[in-house]
Amino acid sequence: MKEIIWLGRGGQGAFTVAKLLGAAYTLKGDQYYGIAFPSFGPERRGAPVNAFTKVDNKPVLDRSQTKKADYIIVLDETLYDESLKLRLKENGKIIVNTKVLIDEKVISFDAQQVAKQFKLSTVNTVLLGAFAAISGIVTLEELFSAIEYYMPQKIREKNKEAVAKAQEEVSL
Amino acid sequence: MVKKFLSGNEAFAEGIRLASPQVISAYPITPQTIVVERLSEMVEDGSLTSEFIHVESEHSALSCAIGASAVGARAFTATSSQGLLYMAECLYYASGGRYPIVMMNANRSVALPWNIYGDQRDSISQLDSGWIQAYAENAQESLDLALMSWYIAENPKVSTPFMVNLDGFILTHTYETVDIPTKKQADAFLPAYITEHKLDVEQPKNAAFSAGPDYNYIFKYKEHEGLLAAREVIVEAESRFKRIIGRKYTGLIDPYKTEDAEYILITLGTISGLCREVCDKLREQGKKVGVLRLRYLRPFPNEEIAKVVQHAKAIGVLEKDISFGNEGTVYTNVNSALKKYGVSAVSYNFIGGLGGSDISIQDIEMIYKKIESGTQSVQFIGIEVNDK
Repeated sequence: MKEIIWLGRGGQGAFTVAKLLGAAYTLKGDQYYGIAFPSFGPERRGAPVNAFTKVDNKPVLDRSQTKKADYIIVLDETLYDESLKLRLKENGKIIVNTKVLIDEKVISFDAQQVAKQFKLSTVNTVLLGAFAAISGIVTLEELFSAIEYYMPQKIREKNKEAVAKAQEEVSL
Repeated sequence: MVKKFLSGNEAFAEGIRLASPQVISAYPITPQTIVVERLSEMVEDGSLTSEFIHVESEHSALSCAIGASAVGARAFTATSSQGLLYMAECLYYASGGRYPIVMMNANRSVALPWNIYGDQRDSISQLDSGWIQAYAENAQESLDLALMSWYIAENPKVSTPFMVNLDGFILTHTYETVDIPTKKQADAFLPAYITEHKLDVEQPKNAAFSAGPDYNYIFKYKEHEGLLAAREVIVEAESRFKRIIGRKYTGLIDPYKTEDAEYILITLGTISGLCREVCDKLREQGKKVGVLRLRYLRPFPNEEIAKVVQHAKAIGVLEKDISFGNEGTVYTNVNSALKKYGVSAVSYNFIGGLGGSDISIQDIEMIYKKIESGTQSVQFIGIEVNDK
């Protein structure tokens, strides 16, 4: 099982991408299972939000919040702190939306710059694209299908373009 | 059939759309809100033809459903926690009047301390209200129960309201892949609700009347019979569901690796999955353990439980409920089943998940360990009491 934690602020769409990833993974076929859920409780714009995706080749039975993740993706760099490393499995990775290099163990990715190019108000799908390229867990086509299914029509195209651009940036 | 990535609430709403109730009365409460929101959107976009009535309270929500059911309409409502307690008076009117209403309840803690997270004290406190009570484990089962509940409730032998329970947040707000049957399949499974027992100006009848001491107990006996009749109608509904829609369910209970098990953990709802995962792990270590999930608490699977655990050395009951001053109510019911059928397994009660507190893999491992070694009869997970 691969466990992914999305860390953002209320309104940034962390849960939207947690869901898109789960949907994209399960679109692979019958033997691909996944669940996605937000940190439960009252929602507040701007407050720190955790969202979770778990994917596996058998039904996911453990519905509890992930304690040790394979990937932690930080949408807002002010939410990054050293202690996040303690929430990683061995060989786990942290991806942070930032312009600065944090350290060699953390993958810095300037998602803001990509989001700007496509006039996106948030970086969520950009980081989803970057995550897909880094992890290889889902393909670009699978992400496109998930976006087709689950995003409102008027924002689909620019999000697809942003996802593709993020993938390209990672492979450079 | 079409596959979608949906939350438990959304999956349930899809099941209700397929059942096409004529009346939906709604009053929102976290974590149930999304069900009635989705249904209102379906009515708005024309994909569901239903009278959507936004009422001013839960008491009115169920009263409204009772009124609709009294004129022979299929009626749905949904609630949670304090909302369920607020409609408690009406629960008995619905069951005593034999109105086959379906209600979804998002299991949530009851105040005080005020808390919106999941436990099962809300619905379990209403076990005596005369409703059928089912507990779903995942989003697929939620959708399927949304459809099957009507078939069972509306059977003339049963004619009893049906409460489908979904663990708050852990099920209502978790997204997973769900197969949605076609409308054609759903219609083939679930015929329209036609009843002679309704208010009709052409054929006037007396309904919802008083009954004094001379007759009252006969109505109560009949009500009891209706709930007991649901036992075989549930089995019939599931075999019909399997034939038409293709998914299989196992009646009042869902046993896992219990055939040769010496130690069996009995539980209900979403936590069952994690219990099975721990069970698999312990099996690899050579432990003879099993899990028994209760899918229904009313009618209660007395005989089924007794049969499954008859050769076990000891059992545990893990539940998100406590009847203060005694023990968990599921435990009380299970013990009664064992006693009635002469099963001698020792039983222990583990209270956990109250107010949404986490039940971890380690907790479940500890429970199995305690069932094997013997422990005090009732204990709260996470609270260490000197165990002598």
